[in-house]
Amino acid sequence: MSHRLEKGGRLIDRGTRLDFSFNGKRMQGYAGDTLASALLAGDQMLVGRSFKYHRPRGVVAAGAEEPNALLGLGKGQRYEPNQRATTTELYAGAKTVSQNHWPSLEHDVGVVNNAFGRFLSAGFYYKMFIHPRPFWKHVYEPFIRRTAGLGRAPEAETVDADRYEQVYAFADVLVIGGGIAGIAAARAAAEAGRRVILCEQNAHWGGRAPVDGAVIDGQPAGDWVAAQIAALRALANVTLLPRTMGAGVHDHGYVLAYQRVADHEPGAEKPRHRLWRVRAGRTITATGAIERPLSFAGNDIPGVMLASAMRDYAVNWGVAPGRRVVVVTNNDDAYRTALALHDAGVTVRAVIDARSEAKGALPEAVRARGIRVATGTAIRRVEGGKRVTAVELCPQESDGAEASERIHCDAVAMSGGWSPVVHLWSHCGGKLTWDEGQAAFRPDPDRPPLGHDGQGFVIAAGSANGEMRAGTVLADAHAAGLTAAGAKKSTAPGAEDTAEEPLAPVWMMPVRATYKLRSKMWLDPQNDVKVSDIQLAAREGYESVEHAKRYTTLGMATDQGKLSNINGLAILADALGRPIPQVGTTTFRPPFTPVSMGAIAGEARGGLFQPLRRTPLHDWHAENGADWEPVGHWRRPYCYRQPGESRHDAVLREVSGTRESLGLLDASTLGKLLVKGPDAGRFMDMLYTNMMSTLKPGKCRYGLMCNENGFLFDDGVVARLSEDAFLCHTTTGGAERVHAWMEDWLQCEWWDWKVHVVNLTEQYAQIGVVGPNARKLLEQLGTDIDLSKDAMPFMDWREGRLAEIPARVFRISFSGELSFEVAVPAGHGRALWDRLIDAGAEFGAVPYGTEALHIMRAEKGFIMIGDETDGTVIPQDLGLDWAISKKKDDFLGKRGMERAAMVAPERWKLVGLETVDGSVLPHAALCPLEGKNANGQRKTQGRVTSTYHSPTLGRGIALGLVHRGPERMGEVIEFLGDGGRMIPATIVETCFYDKAGEKQNV
Amino acid sequence: MSDAVSALPGARFAGLVDLAEAGPCGMITLRGDLSAAAVAKAVKDTTGLALPKPRQVAIGKAASVAWMAPDECLIVLDYAKAAETVAALETAVADAFATVAEVSDARAVFTIRGAQARDVLAKACPVDFADFPVGTIRRTRAAQGAAAVWRSGEEEFTLVCFRSVAGYMWDLLTTLARPGGEVGLYR
Repeated sequence: MSHRLEKGGRLIDRGTRLDFSFNGKRMQGYAGDTLASALLAGDQMLVGRSFKYHRPRGVVAAGAEEPNALLGLGKGQRYEPNQRATTTELYAGAKTVSQNHWPSLEHDVGVVNNAFGRFLSAGFYYKMFIHPRPFWKHVYEPFIRRTAGLGRAPEAETVDADRYEQVYAFADVLVIGGGIAGIAAARAAAEAGRRVILCEQNAHWGGRAPVDGAVIDGQPAGDWVAAQIAALRALANVTLLPRTMGAGVHDHGYVLAYQRVADHEPGAEKPRHRLWRVRAGRTITATGAIERPLSFAGNDIPGVMLASAMRDYAVNWGVAPGRRVVVVTNNDDAYRTALALHDAGVTVRAVIDARSEAKGALPEAVRARGIRVATGTAIRRVEGGKRVTAVELCPQESDGAEASERIHCDAVAMSGGWSPVVHLWSHCGGKLTWDEGQAAFRPDPDRPPLGHDGQGFVIAAGSANGEMRAGTVLADAHAAGLTAAGAKKSTAPGAEDTAEEPLAPVWMMPVRATYKLRSKMWLDPQNDVKVSDIQLAAREGYESVEHAKRYTTLGMATDQGKLSNINGLAILADALGRPIPQVGTTTFRPPFTPVSMGAIAGEARGGLFQPLRRTPLHDWHAENGADWEPVGHWRRPYCYRQPGESRHDAVLREVSGTRESLGLLDASTLGKLLVKGPDAGRFMDMLYTNMMSTLKPGKCRYGLMCNENGFLFDDGVVARLSEDAFLCHTTTGGAERVHAWMEDWLQCEWWDWKVHVVNLTEQYAQIGVVGPNARKLLEQLGTDIDLSKDAMPFMDWREGRLAEIPARVFRISFSGELSFEVAVPAGHGRALWDRLIDAGAEFGAVPYGTEALHIMRAEKGFIMIGDETDGTVIPQDLGLDWAISKKKDDFLGKRGMERAAMVAPERWKLVGLETVDGSVLPHAALCPLEGKNANGQRKTQGRVTSTYHSPTLGRGIALGLVHRGPERMGEVIEFLGDGGRMIPATIVETCFYDKAGEKQNV
Repeated sequence: MSDAVSALPGARFAGLVDLAEAGPCGMITLRGDLSAAAVAKAVKDTTGLALPKPRQVAIGKAASVAWMAPDECLIVLDYAKAAETVAALETAVADAFATVAEVSDARAVFTIRGAQARDVLAKACPVDFADFPVGTIRRTRAAQGAAAVWRSGEEEFTLVCFRSVAGYMWDLLTTLARPGGEVGLYR
């Protein structure tokens, strides 16, 4: 049974006990524990169930590579599934639950899959869920979704209680990994004067050197690490980031790092996670190495663990995963585990070494402690269900049909050698080379990821670079630090290494294992991929490692194959009869370990999800019943609702009030672009379809803007400010786009034209004063502008003072009423609005929103960009031929709108539509024809583009694009309503109200 | 005439840094070839300041001039002085190809004060604040909003954004400056 040792545990504080729970069971650990070490200390060997067969699963590793120990952690607003117990720090009150079982961890009905394992072989999902096709959506997908993803997602209505943020950082040298390699590299670069960031995924520095007993510059590794960290912390050019995982290396030295700021102190007034967005000149990956499991039958039973993890638990946390342990290996390094456990008082029953002999210093030291070493031997099979009870042995050079011996034990430490963590090196294209001696892929220093200058911008250092001894690690990392810093040689820290004999590549135990044994050898314990599955995939023709991966799901679990990758491809290579380097690896993709969605979102949630643009009058709207409508990032009042009033009633009241007396509109969101310069007139003539250069100062003109294809994309009123200056009003949503459009033409095509564009959209608050009493109201506020009909006719503008505020007054109308738009500096906008509201009370002035605006313009047949246009409509389709100059040689869109398809009489054109029964046509309703088109769709001859109830006319009105519409005045056509109901409507002129324009001409 | 009102009058916040909305602030955009002698002379004559080098701000007593682009600078001065300065500049540039426009009301201005000002800004702006002495400016973004930020004092930065997003920017800065969010990047 796993238990806490009497002594030891360099990372725990035995003086501080922390209570926590696992599946409701009360447990206790120490400060400094991980969830995994605390669970093991309490003999909780069984921590979850596997994905496919629901097999019992225990802790395998002590770090980021852990595939099994994934727990639901926390509760309520802080509950999160799939938390890796081996890298999650224990905190007081932690509530943990195991995953992927029903009804309980101990008694799981899903384990029945285990009995049918032979029917759930490689490619099961492809074979099972492919036929019949109609089952995909309603049968298979729900089934797969229910079984996928291991942990339970947080409740749908739960809101994450924590805050998150991001930070942009810049470094000459970014070092990822705070083991002795990372520390040495950072120190070398920092002493050369470079700006250095050093990050480490764990809370503690030094990696595994202190566990392995390295001695550096005469000091125990732990002491050396502490001294180096203190020295680095004192340097102003160094930033140390513990609990920060290098997640991904991207182009141009862009690296994302994930800092778990406060996971270990939930509820603290801190951001929980922080995403570092680093631009680094050079990135050093000192990410260490991961030990490989060995493939023997029953290697997935709880109690079978990586040898290095087992000594980590003993040395770092004072925890032994068993009382009687068997070590199985193909290398010398695993003997360190035997020594560490023995020295901690744990019985090591034997070291099973697949090699024919083991004569190195470490095996001799083990033998000297009286521990049995069995060479040339394999584990044939592990016995046990929810925990290990014994192992059976057999010769490695056999098929394992018969056991040669049986050893009772409660834990097995396995080591198949070490694989450098090459993930970050590989993310951006760094290539690998096969190291025959270590049977591992390592970075190829001649083929690094290349930066903009053609130079490698990632340097692998230490174990991540394939150096596995402390002395060579330090030398390599120091050199990497100097290279990254572009610095001259200096003295590297040194360590004396114990000589180790070479490992023997062992991909299967025993080497010719029977099918029965191979079908119980786990490669990927989370996704339940076994040696036999890979071999089946190879037989079925999945020869590419990428195909075999997807077919078998090897390495597709949450650990992304950190343990299974190399073993799996070695089995594949063997099955294909090819060398391993020829088979290659699957692609390493960011992130290295999962990153929280919170960190990716950063602060962008709630009110900060997206910038909200507010006009200077926004607060007044909010205080006066505004029912908001999003328009781009702006919020505009759709209408203002009075107490107890429906939206519909509010809109009708606003239209009627405006038409009968006076309405007020916040038009501040309209784009306002200043176009100025000696060539401004020429430029305006190119941008707009109509002639703008002939406009006189003091006058306004409505204009259309088309793209090169002739399609209408924006419209608005242009005011000529002076001989060389125009003020262009754009649609609310179009201001930025039109500004960019103008700059594009000026910078890229007509760079020698003397024109400047300045976006003045937000400089002005703009208020529409609309209705028969509009002039009276403005005159009451006091103005030096003569607003009379004769002095200031329709489409004139004047500058002066209104209510003592400097103002521009434009006499323009989008409603058909007598109407002025008043622009004042934004800082005076609210003051003017308040005066208009106060003085307007006498006339019953109604503030109105966008819907009333839309209805009034539709009553007049005025088009709205985005309603009547959709990117395929030319001005001629909308009957706007009058706004297209025939005199100009050229303008943007001129040739486009002359193409055959554009001038063909068959186009759909804008008409008014009146339902026969006076009802309102459904939005976007189609007018169908008999028959079907080439795509098998019902033919159509028109569609509704705008449709409203007109309170002015007391009936439904609509605008629509209809095939040859203007030639069919008076014809009744039928539109498709809800449920197939046909709605007859008469084709009429687009203007429904005051066709002579008498109301605005007063 | 009533006084002009800024976007968030009187907004104050104390956290990792002291934040304040700066109130109405005069601003003038000058578009024109900054390497042209006539443009430089016009700026000098009206503000007393020489045109700054790229990514620099010339900080004077009554006005500052910020480089914005090879053909654009921003003159920052007392709100009440903006209109007359626009007129003076227009006269001064005379026949040179240049455009002068007042943008005082189009903007919101915030000051960020304190030892951690750079750390807080680094949470929003993809800018390297290491080599960023007083008088340095970047046109950048703060999270999702366009912004310009310059170092206006040893421990003071000034951030300018569009007026419409003043509320967003304020909520952003106050969120990023909440206690507990210390970064420790710039020391």
